[in-house]
Amino acid sequence: MRQLTHLERLEAESIHIMREVVAETSKPVMLYSVGKDSAVMLHLAKKAFYPSPPPFPLLHVDTTWKFKDMYALREKAAQDAGMELLIYHNPEAEERGINPFDHGPLHTDMWKTEGLKQALDKYGFDAAFGGARRDEEKSRAKERIFSFRTASHGWDPKNQRPELWNIYNARKTKGESIRVFPLSNWTELDIWQYIMKENIEIVPLYFAAERPTFEYEGGLFMADDIDRLEKVMGTKPEITMKSVRFRTLGCFPLTGAVESTATTLSEVVQETLLTTTSERQGRVIDKDEGGAGMEKKKQEGYF
Amino acid sequence: MTQQNSDPAYKVDALIAEDIDAYLEQHQNKQLLRFITCGSVDDGKSTLIGRLLYDSKMIFEDQLASLENDSKKVGTQGQEIDFALLVDGLAAEREQGITIDVAYRFFGTEKRKFIVADCPGHEQYTRNMVTGASTADLAVILIDARKGVLVQTRRHSYLCHLLGIRNIVLAVNKMDLIGYDQAKYDAIVADYQAFADEIGIEHFVPMPISGFKGDNITGKSANTPWFDGIPLVEHLETVELNNTLNQAKPFRMPVQWVNRPNLDFRGFSGLVSTGSIKPGDPVRVLPSGKTSTVKSIVTFDGEQDEALAGQSVTICLADEVDCSRGDVLATADAPPESSDQFEATLVWMNDEAMKPGRGYWMKLGSQMVTATVQHPKYEININTMDHLAAKTLELNSIGVAEVATDKPIVFEPYGDNRALGGFILIDKITNATVAAGMLHFSLRRAQNVHWQPTDISRESHAAMKNQTPRVLWFTGLSGSGKSTIANEVEKQLNLMNRHTFLLDGDNVRHGLNKDLGFTEADRIENIRRVGEVAKLMVDAGLIVLTAFISPFRAERRMVRDMLPEGEFIEIFVDTPLEVAEQRDVKGLYKKARSGELKNFTGIDSPYEAPENAEIRVNTVEMSVEEAAEHIIRQILPLK
Repeated sequence: MRQLTHLERLEAESIHIMREVVAETSKPVMLYSVGKDSAVMLHLAKKAFYPSPPPFPLLHVDTTWKFKDMYALREKAAQDAGMELLIYHNPEAEERGINPFDHGPLHTDMWKTEGLKQALDKYGFDAAFGGARRDEEKSRAKERIFSFRTASHGWDPKNQRPELWNIYNARKTKGESIRVFPLSNWTELDIWQYIMKENIEIVPLYFAAERPTFEYEGGLFMADDIDRLEKVMGTKPEITMKSVRFRTLGCFPLTGAVESTATTLSEVVQETLLTTTSERQGRVIDKDEGGAGMEKKKQEGYF
Repeated sequence: MTQQNSDPAYKVDALIAEDIDAYLEQHQNKQLLRFITCGSVDDGKSTLIGRLLYDSKMIFEDQLASLENDSKKVGTQGQEIDFALLVDGLAAEREQGITIDVAYRFFGTEKRKFIVADCPGHEQYTRNMVTGASTADLAVILIDARKGVLVQTRRHSYLCHLLGIRNIVLAVNKMDLIGYDQAKYDAIVADYQAFADEIGIEHFVPMPISGFKGDNITGKSANTPWFDGIPLVEHLETVELNNTLNQAKPFRMPVQWVNRPNLDFRGFSGLVSTGSIKPGDPVRVLPSGKTSTVKSIVTFDGEQDEALAGQSVTICLADEVDCSRGDVLATADAPPESSDQFEATLVWMNDEAMKPGRGYWMKLGSQMVTATVQHPKYEININTMDHLAAKTLELNSIGVAEVATDKPIVFEPYGDNRALGGFILIDKITNATVAAGMLHFSLRRAQNVHWQPTDISRESHAAMKNQTPRVLWFTGLSGSGKSTIANEVEKQLNLMNRHTFLLDGDNVRHGLNKDLGFTEADRIENIRRVGEVAKLMVDAGLIVLTAFISPFRAERRMVRDMLPEGEFIEIFVDTPLEVAEQRDVKGLYKKARSGELKNFTGIDSPYEAPENAEIRVNTVEMSVEEAAEHIIRQILPLK
């Protein structure tokens, strides 16, 4: 008899969830955001269906404002997994030139929330895997692993299906879809430990390096594309080279960098464990609408 | 803060700063314990969880800052930190000051990682508590030391016991408010012991704590020198896990998915629920009973020499045996049983009450079948544990009933194996999860009644009659014209030399169904019997016409599911209520309107019109002959 470790238990649970979705839905897709959680989720998918490739495509709902390093890894990861990669840009956001500086919350709403809805409708996916974890944010702590969305992609926190044992009810009526969160029970530390244990490739931005940075509204950001920044900001931001890394990855003008010298995985984990601020603090998205920011976004269809 | 918090055993480890690799090595191999905390708002449940998160450094500075801020604004602890605010998630709940859903929290110590299901305690949230308890290894039952064992304590304990939680911690909280009085504590424990004996809880671990002050949480409290047990966290770190117990049981793995990347590979994927298996071990595929041996256990990381309970694996067998999703792989010499009739405890979780006789989807492991539930044998009063007579089960009620499935399923009693004994029921129309159930045992009836194979097949019956048998199912309001039109269709079919039979609602109620009334449950049973009779007749090769109001979608669906695809033709005789009422051929609407007749469809009982009927006839625009012709045209060719 051998005691399974917590990582083995979490891995087994996530794999079980993914297999249920494949067995019980007609057209699943995996949302892939190129972050570390997506990397872990993709790795688990490879394990779940080995020796078959994961029987669904990857979908990146892109804002065109991601870091260059993310775009590079995106193509490679899909290829390594033998999976089709779908990339979706909301045509309206593209046409109107929606960007994080001029449009504030509308940027997230148009590119991500609306973009995601459009992409799911366009391809007719009835289930979408997402890498969200319950430890990230308070309203996530109460979301089911199988989370139902109405035909208009809304989430009703008061009307969730009870989820008992490891039995998931994947039945839905036409037009409804499911968001499935196989990493629900993982914590940030679990993710890092698993990345180390399994040697999973992640975007280099998670490690400290000398990078061009600028300060904006009290935060430290990376000038990943200076020309483009200048175009939308009106002025060229003042660039300072600093050794920084990122705890979480999103659009480069919305994702705060932290000054760091952690260049190896264990140093990154060390910093994570010793840090005193929560992971999402670097992201602007949770802060609007008072304390209920994420909950409100989810009701509107954000992942 | 009291002294035990200055140096809690599991505060952030100095090793992190000194030697991160050593720290990570140590923490790679933690175990996972899932537990549930039960208690009502005033018992200090959220405060206890907040305290555990806080002490294990799961709260970051920015969260702490907003916590301090919130504590002053809406907190209930004056200027002190209100830990409860940390764990009350959704906006509505924060305003109301109650937890209304299950929330999952995470923290860790050096030995274990913990997932806490934080569930509301009020009676109207029984379903939430049952949900949280379903995955728990352990339950912490909180008692307010000032109040002792209350009705809710009994309810929470019963639910945890019902869901099979073996490790129960009786946390007598708020000891600081009774001056750490040992006599009062002992009295509460004695009280609880008496109750535990009564409902069959064999073992529980009591401890005097204060979530607010931190007594006996991470370290032994100096305030309770008389307490000879271990503090809460130490207990959580050392108690035996379900996963360990499961490994000692016989091997079972419900097959989730057949992995078939090419013709040379065929693997059966699933999560091992109990036991372990090695290459070379004999296994049996259930329910077929075919045996083979394990050829290999395939994973992304290479072949494994063993698969253990709790692991998700892919198993290849040495022989080409039939095995698909829903089957169970089990150790060959001690396989689980199959049956189609059971006794089960049901927890009803939906606003719409249970309908005895209605077909629900039943999901058990990876098996999905149609199940019907009989009238409950009794309902359990979850506050007093008394057995009450009941006709149905309403939201949050718990009862024991017989459950029948449309085909045998592989199962084990819930007490032996949660994965093969726990199930959910799903409404076929709304797709809502309406109930959770726990199988007790098989009713032997099913095992002694076997299918007798017959040599003349349904195909030969049909061929001899030179026709394609099917059921023409007429549905519509009373007085809509079902019987009249069905009669006309049958006459036409007879002229065409077809073998038919018309089952009429009124006629059947004179014989086969004369024991049934018009309650919802009886109407469901009426349709079930007619469905079974129609099915036999179709097997005999007949074209069967049925004329029944059959007001509920679910029952029409049930009959549809009994028959091979394409053999059930739903015909909606669409007549508006006003028109049917005006016709009132049998004078029934008049009686119903006057209150003389109860449960009359369209008046005080609903009619659920078909959404996707194969054929619809409009009796306002069509004559009887036109309607019949329209129907026959739609079902051609007859062979």
